[in-house]
Amino acid sequence: MFIGPDDHERPNPFYTMDEHESPDLTEDEKRLFADLMPEDLNEILDTGVNRRHFLKLMTLAGGGILAAQSAVAEQLIARPLSETIPTELVPASIENGVNVSLKVNGTARKLAVDSRMTLLDTLRERLDLTGSKKGCDHGQCGACTVIVNGHRVLSCLTLAASCEGKTVQTIEGLAQGSQLHPMQESFLKHDGFQCGFCTPGQICSAVALLDEAKKGHASYVTENVRQSAGPAKLSNEEIRERMSGNICRCGAYPNIVAAIQEVHSGKPVEQVFRSV
Amino acid sequence: MRPFTYTRAKDATSASKLLTGNPNAKFLAGGTNLLDLMKEDVERPSTLIDISELGLSDIKTISSGTNKGGISIGGLGKNTDAANHPLIRQNYPLLTQAILAGASGQIRNMATNGGNLLQRTRCPYFYEVAMPCNKREPGTGCGAKEGINRMHAIFGWSEKCVAVYPSDMAIALAALDAVVNVRNASGQERSISMADFHRLPGDQPEKDTILTHGELITSIELPRNNFADKSYYVKVRDRASYAFALVSVAAALETSGNKIVQARIAMGGVAHKPWRALKAEQLLVGKEATEANFKLAASAEMADAKPLEHNAFKVELGNRSIVLALQMAMNGGKA
Ligand SMILES: Cc1cc2nc3c(=O)[nH]c(=O)nc-3n(C[C@H](O)[C@H](O)[C@H](O)COP(=O)(O)OP(=O)(O)OC[C@H]3O[C@@H](n4cnc5c(N)ncnc54)[C@H](O)[C@@H]3O)c2cc1C
Ligand code: FES
Ligand code: FES
Repeated sequence: MFIGPDDHERPNPFYTMDEHESPDLTEDEKRLFADLMPEDLNEILDTGVNRRHFLKLMTLAGGGILAAQSAVAEQLIARPLSETIPTELVPASIENGVNVSLKVNGTARKLAVDSRMTLLDTLRERLDLTGSKKGCDHGQCGACTVIVNGHRVLSCLTLAASCEGKTVQTIEGLAQGSQLHPMQESFLKHDGFQCGFCTPGQICSAVALLDEAKKGHASYVTENVRQSAGPAKLSNEEIRERMSGNICRCGAYPNIVAAIQEVHSGKPVEQVFRSV
Repeated sequence: MRPFTYTRAKDATSASKLLTGNPNAKFLAGGTNLLDLMKEDVERPSTLIDISELGLSDIKTISSGTNKGGISIGGLGKNTDAANHPLIRQNYPLLTQAILAGASGQIRNMATNGGNLLQRTRCPYFYEVAMPCNKREPGTGCGAKEGINRMHAIFGWSEKCVAVYPSDMAIALAALDAVVNVRNASGQERSISMADFHRLPGDQPEKDTILTHGELITSIELPRNNFADKSYYVKVRDRASYAFALVSVAAALETSGNKIVQARIAMGGVAHKPWRALKAEQLLVGKEATEANFKLAASAEMADAKPLEHNAFKVELGNRSIVLALQMAMNGGKA
């Protein structure tokens, strides 16, 4: 799950607690606190700060990042989301609510969102579609790429409010039942990932890219943009340029290009790890 | 992000009216610049007027007026569609190349032509609210002038601001003598040439353009020209793709035999607005299209550059990029 720097007003699973849960810190949480802020631990225990408070503090302090450095925190945070939040979670407060109806992976959805809510946060936090990833939240990495009305876009720079009547396809919607999309198959065959964080964005981007090529779209490396004759046949250089909006921190690029080339050309491409 | 109200505009005039009535309201088009800046707390609109569904996206041949026979592209059309439209690819390949040199496939699918022109500087001091910046907060000073200014201006900067304007598309539009059509809340229209649309920083770096609050970019007009056979967009950046320009050059030539009849050169990454290299252009007219003449023209232009502490490299880079762009243009503009 994503535990990067966060919008502090975003509804956060760690705020949410069941009524019957103990208001005191668990032993694990005490240890986590000792890990992160040893000097404050005694005061916290003395003044009886309750768990809700602690968890809120953790979140506000950018605890996501801090906590990620702690082994204890990892266990805590790695608890499945479903334990803590109901699926169609309605956040406690919506400011400047906007009603939107949109279609996500074929299903019509109607929801009231805070005007500030991005499509990415809506997918992840409201619709429980956590495939799309929040890498940078500023349009710089492509991890949040989804396909809206047939075009690849960045869901982190799209307001949910602006998606009225639109059709959204995410990584979760590419497979037909248990039949993977050819691009997913090809990423598997070519090992087009390492940690996998960028992969949903890479695959959505690649799927839409092939449509763009079919329509004959040009790129900055297209030799002669004045020649717009039918579907474009993409060299590996073309694929690299057209995929440059998807950053892979693990550097799986050669494998990603091979995976896309195989689907694009319709012919088997040798796996990079076999050819070296 | 700070709270704001969101309204979907019904038509262009009512959108402008909504904006005019509220000094803190902003239009939302593709959102790729505005939302980013709102997340950074640089932009703090109280209201967003969503204009993205208003249409105004046609690309068509202009049938009357001064630019008759030229092509008009809708202010709310997407960058991807402008770049790939057959009329643009065939007649203004320079514009296609410049748009495709910018951002990424995803961003170009979202970015609108009007929004692209109005994107704000990527100066890190502008982006970081803890730093001084006269553009973001007039009167706080310029952090970049004596700070880290590798990416900054070498032409036309002022004591108040050394930021550069980031758009690639606009550099080609400047070279192509494009005209920006805008409409205000009372329905009045005006046409602004690309040369006048963006400003140098002077004493008011907070103003990027001469647009007034409430004016909506409805279309951009490209006059007819004879540059389609010989034009090229060079973009030099820190990585091969998906990065802003250190220096870019849009060059277009019209020749008769090997003699230059007309030349257009605009530079990106060097000033607060698209920088027309007028000196170089004038030197080229009537001359043979040779490397020696390209070099003379380039160095005449770059001789006026006033680099800052960290960006003197842009002068030589500009020199070479102008020459390269002209050579590529002579070569038929092929990548
Ligand atoms: C990671 C990243 C990399 C990028 N790289 C490049 C690059 O290399 N080269 C490049 O050129 N660009 C680059 N961009 C910038 C991108 O091109 C712009 O963000 C985009 O063009 C802005 O268009 P938009 O429709 O999304 O504008 P918005 O963000 O919606 O609006 C921008 C501004 O224009 C105003 N506005 C929008 N439309 C109109 C209109 N019709 N009339 C009046 N006002 C209007 C808005 O109120 C706002 O103030 C990059 C962006 C990102 C996020
Ligand atoms: S999360 Fe959207 S581009 Fe990085
Ligand atoms: S697989 Fe790790 S970021 Fe791409």
